[in-house]
Amino acid sequence: MPKGEIKNRDKFLNNIATNLGRERRTLGVARPRWKNQVQWNVLSNHTEDQLVDVLEKQCKSIHTDLVRTDQENLAQTLLGVIQGYGGKSVMTWDDPRFTTYHLINPFESWKESQNIAVHQWDVENGEESIRIAEQADVGITFSDITLAESGTVVLFSDKGKGRSVSLLPATYIAIVPKSTLVPRMSQATREIHQRVEAGERVASCVNFITGPSNSADIEMNLVVGVHGPIKATYIVVEDR
Amino acid sequence: MPMHIGEKEFTKRVDKGLEDDFMRGAVRSAQGRLQTNRANAADELGDWEEWRSLGQEIRQHTMENLDFYLQQLSDKIAELGGHVYFAETADDANNYVSEVIANKNAKKIAKSKSMVTEEIALNDILEENGCEVVETDLGEYILQIDDHDPPSHIVAPALHKNKEQIRDVFKEKLGYTKTEKPEELTLFAREKLRKEFLEADVGITGCNFAIAESGSFALVTNEGNARMVSTLPKTQITVMGMERIVPTWEELDVLVSLLTRAAVGQKLTSYVTALTGPKIEGEVDGPEEFHLVIVDNGRSKILGTEFQEALHCIRCAACINVCPVYRHVGGHAYGSIYPGPIGAVLTPLLGGYDDYKELPYASTLCGACTEVCPVKIPLHEQLVKHRRNIVEEEEKSDLAERLAMQGFSIVAGSGNLYKLATRMAPLLVTPFVKDGSISKGPGPVKPWTDIREFPVPQKQRFRDWFKNREKGGSERAKRGN
Ligand code: SF4
Repeated sequence: MPKGEIKNRDKFLNNIATNLGRERRTLGVARPRWKNQVQWNVLSNHTEDQLVDVLEKQCKSIHTDLVRTDQENLAQTLLGVIQGYGGKSVMTWDDPRFTTYHLINPFESWKESQNIAVHQWDVENGEESIRIAEQADVGITFSDITLAESGTVVLFSDKGKGRSVSLLPATYIAIVPKSTLVPRMSQATREIHQRVEAGERVASCVNFITGPSNSADIEMNLVVGVHGPIKATYIVVEDR
Repeated sequence: MPMHIGEKEFTKRVDKGLEDDFMRGAVRSAQGRLQTNRANAADELGDWEEWRSLGQEIRQHTMENLDFYLQQLSDKIAELGGHVYFAETADDANNYVSEVIANKNAKKIAKSKSMVTEEIALNDILEENGCEVVETDLGEYILQIDDHDPPSHIVAPALHKNKEQIRDVFKEKLGYTKTEKPEELTLFAREKLRKEFLEADVGITGCNFAIAESGSFALVTNEGNARMVSTLPKTQITVMGMERIVPTWEELDVLVSLLTRAAVGQKLTSYVTALTGPKIEGEVDGPEEFHLVIVDNGRSKILGTEFQEALHCIRCAACINVCPVYRHVGGHAYGSIYPGPIGAVLTPLLGGYDDYKELPYASTLCGACTEVCPVKIPLHEQLVKHRRNIVEEEEKSDLAERLAMQGFSIVAGSGNLYKLATRMAPLLVTPFVKDGSISKGPGPVKPWTDIREFPVPQKQRFRDWFKNREKGGSERAKRGN
């Protein structure tokens, strides 16, 4: 990708400096050490199991179902949730974890046995993938990082990990490996910050997803399911 | 005056608000609910005062080094192949966006909620250029369908409308046939808008926080429309007020945590979407082309003044949700897209005292706003500073002007509280009823001269109410939130 253009910058930033009553600062501004670091106190000292409990409790206030399972029963659990949503057409990420968790074979077998078509995000057929996702009953992704406090799954976009999969289908399922749990957003953003400092490019889209989409724009009544998924389930999997 | 909404005269706008029982009922219950949610969320988090101090410290440092962080942000975006335009004025911003759209030969634009594009009146310009602009936030969509009714709250823009009114608007404009149930109205809007997202050539978003270190920016939403707008169209334009930036992802965490709690009492909203540059080679969805427009439009004049802290605002609306004056007059009375205490501070700074000299008086100075602000902006002190400046200006001006300015002194002092009280009297309005609900009438029903005759008992009621408010305030203080 060629470098982008920056227009009208110097005049604009010089004016800011003048109004601040000093010379322009282009280098050498360091973040101070903030006097307060309260964010690190939240749910500190919680074990992974305790974090799952926090997540489970939080799911109740974000209109999200939470199911616990282990790797062996994951496919069966997944099928149950899909059927519960009346899902016939499913879209998943193209993500190696589906192989690691032994889900590819079950997915293929459901076509015959359950009349459920599982599609995989396909970079070679981009437009078609978006079209299928838009028509799909269920979208399934893994969670990359999971925030117990807020009940949030964090998804990093990538070639096989299309943004549409967690957005366009009518319902959404996140597979949450237990090891992805952290107390809150602070741990996730620190991790991203460290990767930036190490020179990594951030994913073009980092989504912090907390339950299904909703709106309170009509008389402050909460309505679940506006533009994104109408229902959501997190499946927490024991992974070590 | 792009920021301006409604009648030119402040008193007329106030009257209109006072006459609208539906609106006031809606505002009262919404304020109550949002306030309680905020207080509960703050309690649950714990250490709320420390969180606020942290937020304040971050905002202070960022504003003092704003040139540095904006440079870093723009360098990073350009490295990733995105384009950055620094717009000094509303016109500059609108012209640039128009150019990008013209170059793309784009006809349909999908927009997610953005206060700054309201401020610069971007939609008007794009529509003049022959584009179809679709507001996709449910509240904004309702307003747009209703012949561009202006927003009355920065988080819940259609707060002044009840569900029957919304049903009627949908019925009249879009052929809606179902009931006023929010679920049915929402589902209808979902289906209508889904089509728009898929057809849009360009997506326009606002920006809650840009992240300087990586050239990213975050959108904090619940509905998912901002995700649509940044996922489906091939070109994306993001417009941000120049102050909406944090140094790194770590500060994003703190400010988002404060914002979602203070705004709606949620630990996080359904979607916090952080976008970085155009899509990466090989990715299917996301924009191929990305433009960031950084808007000054009068903000830099606030830097280095006694009002600099007004730029710390993260647009959570907590101050609006506790304000007793907003509760009575509603958002439209402020005549600005920024209502409530922050609007009364910010609007005169951006729009000048000539047009907005009344706003600093639209406050009882009870201090509830300052107490709830998640980044500790001393709002009521700033209102006092405004008043002082206005009085000084008034003294400098000649007699004729001084007389003309007396019209705005409505909320100052106890005698004037009485005036406000009579103006706030519940009115026997003759609403323009259609199918059992009120629809928009042709301006104030009764002239201001009639209202002035309202008797003393009204004053009593206001005082009682006001006293209770204050009690509520000190109890809140005791509870420490
Ligand atoms: S002034 Fe403070 S309370 Fe009001 S909207 Fe801004 S951040 Fe929120």
